[in-house]
Amino acid sequence: MNAIQKLGLGVFLLALLLFNALLFMGRFELTVQELEQSVKQEHVEVLRQELQPMLGKTYTSSFGFATDFNRYLDNYNEEQQRSQQWDRVIWDDYAFALARVASQGFVENNKLLLLFLTVILGAAGALVNILPKYRGEPAGIKNNGIMFSSNKARGVVGITIGVYLTAIYVLLYWYPEYLVNWALLVDPLSYALSGGPASQWFLYGTIYTLAILVMGVRMFRKYKGNNYQLLRTASVMFFQLSFAFLIPEVLVLLNLPWYDLKNIWPLDYDFFFEYSVASMLGSGSIGLFLFIWGILLIILAVPLFTYFYGKRWYCSWVCGCGGLAETAGDPYRHLSDKSLKAWKVERWMVHGILVIITVITLLTIANFFTEFALLKQSTDMLHQWYGFLIGSAFAGVIGVGFYPLMGNRVWCRFGCPLAAYLGLVQRFKSRFRITTNGGQCISCGNCSTYCEMGIDVRWYAQRGQNIVRSSCVGCGICASVCPRGVLKLENGTEQGRITDIPFLTGNESINVLN
Amino acid sequence: MRDAAQTGDFCIRTKGRRIVIIGNGISGITCARHIRKRDPEAHITIVSGETEHFFSRTALMYIYMGHMTYAHTKPYEDWFWEKNRLELVHDWVTSINFEQKELQLQQQEPLKYDILILALGSKPNMFNWPGQELEGVQGLYTYQDLQKMNDNTANCRHAVVVGGGLIGVEMVEMLLSRNIPVTFLVREKHFWEHILPKEESELVMRHLREHHVDLRLQTALKELLDDGAGKVSAVVTASGEEIPCQFVGLAVGVKPNIELVRNTQLEVNKGILVDQRFATNIPNVFAIGDCAEYRVPVPQRQRIEQVWYTGRMHGETLAHNLTHPEPVAYTPGPWFNSAKFFDIEYQTYGMVPSRWEEPVTSFYWEHADGKIAFRAVFNGETKKLHGVNCLGMRLRHDFFDQALRESWTVEQVLVKLHEANFDPEFYERHHRDILQAYNRQLGTDLQQEKKEKKGLLSYLWR
Repeated sequence: MNAIQKLGLGVFLLALLLFNALLFMGRFELTVQELEQSVKQEHVEVLRQELQPMLGKTYTSSFGFATDFNRYLDNYNEEQQRSQQWDRVIWDDYAFALARVASQGFVENNKLLLLFLTVILGAAGALVNILPKYRGEPAGIKNNGIMFSSNKARGVVGITIGVYLTAIYVLLYWYPEYLVNWALLVDPLSYALSGGPASQWFLYGTIYTLAILVMGVRMFRKYKGNNYQLLRTASVMFFQLSFAFLIPEVLVLLNLPWYDLKNIWPLDYDFFFEYSVASMLGSGSIGLFLFIWGILLIILAVPLFTYFYGKRWYCSWVCGCGGLAETAGDPYRHLSDKSLKAWKVERWMVHGILVIITVITLLTIANFFTEFALLKQSTDMLHQWYGFLIGSAFAGVIGVGFYPLMGNRVWCRFGCPLAAYLGLVQRFKSRFRITTNGGQCISCGNCSTYCEMGIDVRWYAQRGQNIVRSSCVGCGICASVCPRGVLKLENGTEQGRITDIPFLTGNESINVLN
Repeated sequence: MRDAAQTGDFCIRTKGRRIVIIGNGISGITCARHIRKRDPEAHITIVSGETEHFFSRTALMYIYMGHMTYAHTKPYEDWFWEKNRLELVHDWVTSINFEQKELQLQQQEPLKYDILILALGSKPNMFNWPGQELEGVQGLYTYQDLQKMNDNTANCRHAVVVGGGLIGVEMVEMLLSRNIPVTFLVREKHFWEHILPKEESELVMRHLREHHVDLRLQTALKELLDDGAGKVSAVVTASGEEIPCQFVGLAVGVKPNIELVRNTQLEVNKGILVDQRFATNIPNVFAIGDCAEYRVPVPQRQRIEQVWYTGRMHGETLAHNLTHPEPVAYTPGPWFNSAKFFDIEYQTYGMVPSRWEEPVTSFYWEHADGKIAFRAVFNGETKKLHGVNCLGMRLRHDFFDQALRESWTVEQVLVKLHEANFDPEFYERHHRDILQAYNRQLGTDLQQEKKEKKGLLSYLWR
């Protein structure tokens, strides 16, 4: 690392430090007027009473504010529940909204400056660190020292990052009121794009996109000279920035539902839930188009593109989860478990989740068409549980938080129902395979080591067998790291795709027929 | 009961025969796996003092470089051996009693066998240089060598590697991966001179220099100097130049590792002498891999083949012979090999010598960037292809295996070369340039045989 790179890293770390310090800054003071404007009419009176001690009181951080709020609200709700007054329980989550309006002082008054000092400067620092990487070095595999790295080989740094990311995800999904200062930072950007204030999800989208872009640049440096990697990375960067980030916000600006045009059911698990369908169908002809588009992706795009190119067209070229895994997650790709046992667990889990979400979706649709006579409102509970366990805990907390512990594709491999669906097509009806080059394999293990999906690529390569696996996302890294040119991702005829040869090319001693 | 009757003259074929394999490298393990496939009853034991489990020797360098850990280099998970009833004995064999059919082990009880397979591998050549026994001076072949290299280079400021071959260039790459500057002594005029033609060798040397390797050609090692404490402090070249260093890698080839069987009834020369079916002079004792030396070499092949791929084929073939009533002669197909010089991959198919004479001739093409090259060596009169070299690009093994077996001409190959392409998608393709260059050099007007498919979809992924 040269001096400029060290400077970049320093700037990034300082920005990160300030970013985290922000959570403890600012003043929070809730007025009656703000309360009235932020909650449902029927809750105003109750909350004014229950939150009486808080009103007008100044808190020096969102933590104090949110803790008090949650305590008062919980007290109230518990009391109602004890007295069985279920209709009086307040289920709405007001904590984030109230913390937002109550925010005053330093952070509230310096949004742009702080956005610059944290997010923008942090990204710039990271780029200054990344851009000079491998300058003057010939193109080639840059894996030196990975197994000695504290960050990349589950050392103290890696574990710390894992714990940090996990904590952030827990806050984001279940305690966003503690992250309110971060959301305030990206307010200016949110107003510029969609005309509204930033939610925690807008904040998340911004950071997520930035992570893909910055770490995408790192991919450009690391895999320079490898056109497959460069194009694939550019593709996920493009789809994240446009389809997942900008276009949905613009749709909101146009009073249309927030919609990521490349998100496909069952990854987009609530696509068929009543509220989503209602929101799309209630948005005129464009809303109807979005609904039909979503269905076409499921029934046409997935089988067709997967037939021609394998599931990689989505998983490592388009998908947002894949996008983060392939950029920010690349330093951790070798941490995936390659054991046969892990493969067994994977198959049960990922297909199990596909079955579960399919059943939930079918029940929801059936319920809808029987005008809720079938299951009444109980599908809501299924939706909530799936959202909590799979959508949030698995995809988010474990999916990304565990990058430095279990590799960058934990979610994609063990959890993603869309990956399971794509994988079934890829396994049974596709032209895609990884071809093994005759007898050239030396069993070195680079391919298996760097397979983020935990496929034991070498198992096949050293037998001269093509790799046809439902989980392969076609990232192409196995072919890149192979020192002997043994592996090639290919779309070819279905005939001869799955091979099993008794002896490798090059030995003519044995006539197999005898 | 164990007095096994010989049912054939090749080997004991009784049920439940005890097959002991010394050596758990690619030859021994391949042999064990293939025996197990055909003989479910045999007691198969694999003895190795080096490591408990089979690992990929070719991957040793990647452990040092931090690309993989030792565990990553094991091609099979640890449960594999028990599941396939391949008993592993992690111990060194100290002697073999061929009469009693018994092995003496260093730590454990003696081991009886009905059939013994020697897959002893190689060890680094040493040419009695003064000072070669100093601390910090070593070859690289075993896992223990790797551990030693790790220790020996812990505080190394400058290293010297001696020997212009594959292990030499690997050691150079390993050292540079830890930012240790290296002086690379090559006795010949060119790197890997007895294998690579001049152009390929120059291409590789350019690349080494691009990686800041201090490459010294026509420089032989004379002696190694002691720092006074038994550690190496410098090497002295034949011309008298002293190069200070704290580590010296000796990579001047390997020789069969046969100390164990020297001065026994087993007939040896440089290696253990075997017939075409890998039988030694002692019944039921066989030798495969690096340690075997053919009494009558396979045409166009060396008497001793020290390559991963040949070791594997030996294992396959001997396993076949031990499990089939009619043993076959080892008949390798067209030669192939591969290597990687830092970032540049090398593949070869068929016979490409470093020099050739009429009527053999050669066609060479090199990319403008000087890192990609293709050579075809063929008979100038009949145009029959002898072999190809390629650097910086990947070619299909099966394509060339077929072309060489079926004696295609170089022109038949070149007009179909697009079918042999094995580079990743979206890489620049070279078959047109190569064909054009051939046409220019030989005054021909060959056209690519069949247009590649240009369907709308396949075009995208070409």
